Amino acid sequence: MNPPAVPPRLDTDALIDDRRTRIIVCCGSGGVGKTTAAAAIGLRAAERGRHVVVLTVDPARRLAQAMGLSYLDNIPRPVDTGFPSDGSLHAMMLDMKRTFDEIVEAHADPDRAAQILANPFYQSLSSSFAGTQEYMAMEKLGQLYRTDEWDLIVVDTPPSRSALDFLDAPQRLGRFLDGRLIRLLTAPAKPGRAYMKMLTAGFSLVTGTLTKVLGAQVLKDMQTFVTAFDTMFGGFRERADTTYRLLQTPGTEFIVLAAPEPDALREASYFVERLAGERMPLAGLILNRVHIPAATRLSAARSIAAAETLENHEMPNGTAESAGSPRYALAAGVLRLHAERMQLAVRERRVAEHFTAAHPTVPVAEVAAQPEDVHDLEGLRAIGLSLASRPARG
Amino acid sequence: MRARDTDWEGVRLHVVTGKGGTGKTTVAAALALALSYNGGKVLLIEVEGRQGIARLFDCPPLPYAERKVGIGLGKDGRTGGDLYALAVDPEGALLDYLDMFYGLRHAGQALTRLGLVDFATTIAPGLSDVLRTGKATEAARRKAGGREVYDAVVMDAPPTGRIGRFLNVSVEVSGLAKVGPVRNHADTVARVIRSPQTAVHFVTTLEEMPIQETLDGLAELRSLGLQLGGIFINKVHPDGLAEADLKAAAEGRTNEAEIALGLKAAGLADAQTLAAGLAIELGEHARNVALQERERRELAAAGQPRYELPAITDGIDLGGLYRLAEVLRNQGAA
Ligand SMILES: Nc1ncnc2c1ncn2[C@@H]1O[C@H](COP(=O)(O)OP(=O)(O)OP(=O)(O)O)[C@@H](O)[C@H]1O
Ligand SMILES: Nc1ncnc2c1ncn2[C@@H]1O[C@H](COP(=O)(O)OP(=O)(O)O)[C@@H](O)[C@H]1O
Ligand SMILES: [Mg+2]
Ligand SMILES: [Mg+2]
Repeated sequence: MNPPAVPPRLDTDALIDDRRTRIIVCCGSGGVGKTTAAAAIGLRAAERGRHVVVLTVDPARRLAQAMGLSYLDNIPRPVDTGFPSDGSLHAMMLDMKRTFDEIVEAHADPDRAAQILANPFYQSLSSSFAGTQEYMAMEKLGQLYRTDEWDLIVVDTPPSRSALDFLDAPQRLGRFLDGRLIRLLTAPAKPGRAYMKMLTAGFSLVTGTLTKVLGAQVLKDMQTFVTAFDTMFGGFRERADTTYRLLQTPGTEFIVLAAPEPDALREASYFVERLAGERMPLAGLILNRVHIPAATRLSAARSIAAAETLENHEMPNGTAESAGSPRYALAAGVLRLHAERMQLAVRERRVAEHFTAAHPTVPVAEVAAQPEDVHDLEGLRAIGLSLASRPARG
Repeated sequence: MRARDTDWEGVRLHVVTGKGGTGKTTVAAALALALSYNGGKVLLIEVEGRQGIARLFDCPPLPYAERKVGIGLGKDGRTGGDLYALAVDPEGALLDYLDMFYGLRHAGQALTRLGLVDFATTIAPGLSDVLRTGKATEAARRKAGGREVYDAVVMDAPPTGRIGRFLNVSVEVSGLAKVGPVRNHADTVARVIRSPQTAVHFVTTLEEMPIQETLDGLAELRSLGLQLGGIFINKVHPDGLAEADLKAAAEGRTNEAEIALGLKAAGLADAQTLAAGLAIELGEHARNVALQERERRELAAAGQPRYELPAITDGIDLGGLYRLAEVLRNQGAA
């Protein structure tokens, strides 16, 4: 067998020190550490002299507090890092509904905007449509970029099962608003269109059934929503396209996060391939929460064998705990613990090598699993440091 | 013998929620297996179009139809009952609803072609939720020949972040319809969900975010007046270490000499250095155990029954599911 491929190292410090880097997007499947990494990279960049804004989506409560994000007001707030540097750090938490409302208010006259905001269909679309959060994250990213107030934007992405959602969902919303039914429902307001005739029969069936099942009010709300929104529909798709192009420009760098587990790395693989297909620049992979045993020289197998020796040694006379005789229970327990850690480390190494075998050119950085959750600036610094230092093995 | 057979006597609809990735699907399946012991039938429902059940039971993707996927865990010498599964999607549920209540099968199909069903179930506030929960309550109450078709229905529900909205159907739907048939349907579904026949269980791991979400979720559902179920602590790693050793290690007082002596007795070279390394690992582990103890206490303060499920190494297969089902049974969850 060939020796396992060693991936190039992802040098995040070089990435943030390069002034040409303007946007860093942290992607990955759920719970892998996107929010944590985005905050840690933002903090480190600020401490290395960049003017940074971190756009975060769903920080753990204590992390949000540590970053001064106690209220959701949808604008960046300065973070006091307590660390002297030429740089600065701002952070904000995305409020998707508010971002959506603001688009409506900016693109419709006040009366119409008010009508839309009060509509139950709009409220549902803006608060629970799968894809709205991704769309609004991209929208906010575009807005922040256009203000030109920061020289580096670090973006956390919404929690979703698949990392691809961040790329696909905005278009999904655009397509949805552009869809066939919307055209159908707006059709009666625009007589004379070619497809009118064909749809009339269908339409009365639709209205008939809907009225019967949902009641007349619902249909009215739906039509109000669609007509009021009509002028804005095309705009939504365009906006999504514009931000999408921003993600393809030089200066944007994607970082894919994954835990060293098969599911997370499979997702990361898909995402890496997709980025290549879209010609979006990938900086590399962060393998987060890697378990690194302290005593790597003793293998799992030998550790178990030694534990067994001690356990057998102890059992026959049952005097292990009595005065004078050596107590081996602790050593045996610690050996078992070590064996488990070694097995875990070997499994993690194997899935990581698998990824690198498939994507040999993708740079990788590793972050050790911290003993506790990361919920203050100190913890974020530790992650940043861990990213910057050479891996302990491999 | 316990005073009662199980902790959830009388519950017919078990709703399983939790933070994403904590093991909702796995625990829901294990619970369903554990519940189907007396020769009766149990239905396992998923509602998010993920085909998680098919993956777990290693069978082809489930259609919108109740299919037998396995045999439940046996009890007291009897063999287990049948486990059925169903993947509910909002579109199928709407067609089902139109057909069942209005005999509108053909109209429903026409609506699908026009994209209306997709539109309505996607953004009509609460509609998709009431259709999906409605299917679960219908199955839980369905009767044939004077008795219930299913002894229990287990739903692999949306995650904690969405569960309140998902279950609070009648309020959510009122944004859509103040009166009318859908409203009536929602009220009926809500009555079942709020009845003692329904319990909402939470799956968590001993990590900060899942636990926070569990506590927040419990508080939210309590304020909505729903019946809370158990807390299923999943992926617990057992260790064979003595409490005193763990306590000492957490406080940095590990007896390295004692470890070194053991290593030497086991014939390992360079016992001194090795003991130092192992002591570091023990220290990390012990701090983690201490943290988990605190987290257990936080969960205990919520006042709901708790169950602990071991982490199964090397992936969950059918054997692993039965093991988890057995554990649940032994702890009184089923
Ligand atoms: N007790 C356990 N031991 C070991 N692995 C487990 C255990 N429970 C769940 N898992 C694994 O954890 C992963 C997530 O589990 P599962 O899919 O059940 O979670 P979920 O909460 O349904 O996730 P999602 O939010 O994505 O629906 C799966 O790979 C599963 O095999
Ligand atoms: N390297 C690490 N070591 C320990 N805990 C971590 C690490 N990275 C992330 N975490 C913890 O894992 C949880 C999920 O991380 P988060 O960044 O919110 O993930 P995501 O945004 O991808 O869903 C948080 O509680 C965080 O503190
Ligand atoms: Mg996050
Ligand atoms: Mg699931």
